[in-house]
Amino acid sequence: MKVSLFATCLANALYPEMVLTMAKILKHLGQTVDVPEGQACCGQIAFNSGYFDDAREVARTLIDSFEHSEVVVGPSGSCIAMIHEYYPTLFENEPAYLEKANELIQKSYEFTQFVVDVLKKPDLGASYSAKATYHPSCHATRLLKIGDAPLTLLQHVKGLELVPLPEAQLCCGFGGTFSVKMPKISEAMVAEKAQHVLDSGADLLLGMDMGCLMNISGYLEKIHKPVKTMHIIQLLGEGMRS
Amino acid sequence: MTMYNPTIDQRVDEALANDFLRLATRRATDRLRNNKYKATAELGDWEKWRQAGETIRTHVVANLDFYLQQLIGQIEKQGGHVHLAKTPADAIAIVRKIVADNNSKNVIKSKSMISEEIHLNHALEEDGSTVIETDLGEYIIQIAGEPPSHIIVPAMHKTRQQVADLFEPIAGHVLSSDTPTLTRFVRLQMRERFLQGDIGITGCNFAVANTGSIVMVTNEGNGRMVSTLPRVQITLMGMERIVPSFRELDVMLNLLARSATGQRLSSYTSILTPPKRASEADGPEEFHLVILDHNRSEILGDQTFRPALNCIRCGACFNVCPVYRQIGGHAYGSVYAGPIGSVITPLLEKDWKTWGHLPYFSSLCGACSEACPVRIPLHDLLVKLRARKTLSGHTPQIEQQIFKTYRYFFTHEKILRRALRLGSRLQWPLVRNGRISGGPPPLSNWTKSRTLPKVATKSFMQMWSELNP
Repeated sequence: MKVSLFATCLANALYPEMVLTMAKILKHLGQTVDVPEGQACCGQIAFNSGYFDDAREVARTLIDSFEHSEVVVGPSGSCIAMIHEYYPTLFENEPAYLEKANELIQKSYEFTQFVVDVLKKPDLGASYSAKATYHPSCHATRLLKIGDAPLTLLQHVKGLELVPLPEAQLCCGFGGTFSVKMPKISEAMVAEKAQHVLDSGADLLLGMDMGCLMNISGYLEKIHKPVKTMHIIQLLGEGMRS
Repeated sequence: MTMYNPTIDQRVDEALANDFLRLATRRATDRLRNNKYKATAELGDWEKWRQAGETIRTHVVANLDFYLQQLIGQIEKQGGHVHLAKTPADAIAIVRKIVADNNSKNVIKSKSMISEEIHLNHALEEDGSTVIETDLGEYIIQIAGEPPSHIIVPAMHKTRQQVADLFEPIAGHVLSSDTPTLTRFVRLQMRERFLQGDIGITGCNFAVANTGSIVMVTNEGNGRMVSTLPRVQITLMGMERIVPSFRELDVMLNLLARSATGQRLSSYTSILTPPKRASEADGPEEFHLVILDHNRSEILGDQTFRPALNCIRCGACFNVCPVYRQIGGHAYGSVYAGPIGSVITPLLEKDWKTWGHLPYFSSLCGACSEACPVRIPLHDLLVKLRARKTLSGHTPQIEQQIFKTYRYFFTHEKILRRALRLGSRLQWPLVRNGRISGGPPPLSNWTKSRTLPKVATKSFMQMWSELNP
């Protein structure tokens, strides 16, 4: 299959190595990988802030950049959920783009969902020794409904001990612009999430959305209780090398 | 309907500094949520129940004119009086007149969110009536002079000691703060009040259109006293609170009790068809139903927000909301807090200046939508309210500018690449040990409590194009 990567704005700017690892894993799984130029962001930042007009133009750019792609895969359940949940709303009055949006919805996947549900490769042969806990990000779980795909991948990593995260269903308080617009409430939320991470006894925090992980690990570092944090892609990348 | 003078920020600060409030909120919502899971799991396919609930509510709201007429006709046929109130002021005037016409001095009330919505107690007290809330939680917050902090558990934020302190001046002696003492005190108080009451005011969880019945879901039995002892009964209802018949009521009662408190059925589910007939021993001789619009008609006419009228006020969205969990109900500043309060308050009150903050009291995690027994897409409606506010020009200029800038860069990827490269060079004054932990606002809103990774020297798009020329 020819897989087009959607880097997502956050990973593009802050975690480029992680996206590169995603490309390597997909190539390792026998896929042809490309990265269409012009892609930048799903538009969620503006959309969630109520700026639908600005979000629409950013979304249009993304739709255009993947127009000729066969399959689109991104390292974030939140960005893919934005496309699936809200592009129909954004283009409800533009039939031509609504159709293109629906095409993108049909062919776009979050990384773990793509590997487990489409490629049917739950075991990537990775091994990694750690006691880890996993944060199920809200949009991937509730909106995109990726189910157990991330856990399936993790359960097949040799040497990885998974311990439960208390109150895992609670939002970490990131919420994109929410974290900056309502900083105090957001801080209270991430403080609770961070405490649950510490209480889990894990020495590694895993997730499949860099925004949430950046929030939780950034807080833990600020309170001087850093916990090693990895995106599932980073873990698999390390684990497959060894 | 501003109830607090403090600013939104102050309210949030106060809530976050109140350790007891936060612990109590966490404990109570955890308990309610876990009870709900148990009570819904035993029904089998809860999703089917939710779909049935959504179907019923959507149908009723879409055909509200028909069902309202049917309900009104039925109640009038039975000898009751129906009053339509366009605004909260109209509703208050209607109740005031009934109280005055009956020369009533002692008003006893069972729980009603409409009464809170229109701020009824204050108006009646001004007229010289004694108004007593007979629901325990409502009684506590009435004495404290506070609004409810949760629609199901209004005094959730009070400790037993705080309750004892509130009761003491009324008791005239020291009360210990154990639950049996406190409930015994209230029971004695209430018994007397029930007998003195000459007008009873109740809320209404559902009105059954084809029988003209009023359904009240309570756990203390006070609703029954209020609707049987006084000579006159006034029931306040929001105009959307209707079920067509007992068939649909069955589904809705299951959804409500299980979602609200995790009960199969609340301790008291009263179905009344007042006024009393000649052959009946109990019940009011005179019955008034006050149906409040308060911009509900406008919500009905708005395809985007119409689903908000499907709400059955179970509070399940409060109990899963991570924002409510941290700040409790009072920080919202509105009568209806939590996710549903953040949706309906701006729609009911139509005042962005006072209530424009509410749609942002959410990280959009979607827990509320998942919990709603009638499948209202609450997180969706919150985003759409933000969009409404933006379109109406009520968002800050600087914010509008930020998103215009965002739009420019993220529709011009090549320029974005250059901007990121420039950013990675200019960020060095802020970087310590590879992380950013200071900086000016709005960056500082993040870095006050979290570090941020630095912008990569090469963005992924840059990296990829160099690797794959």
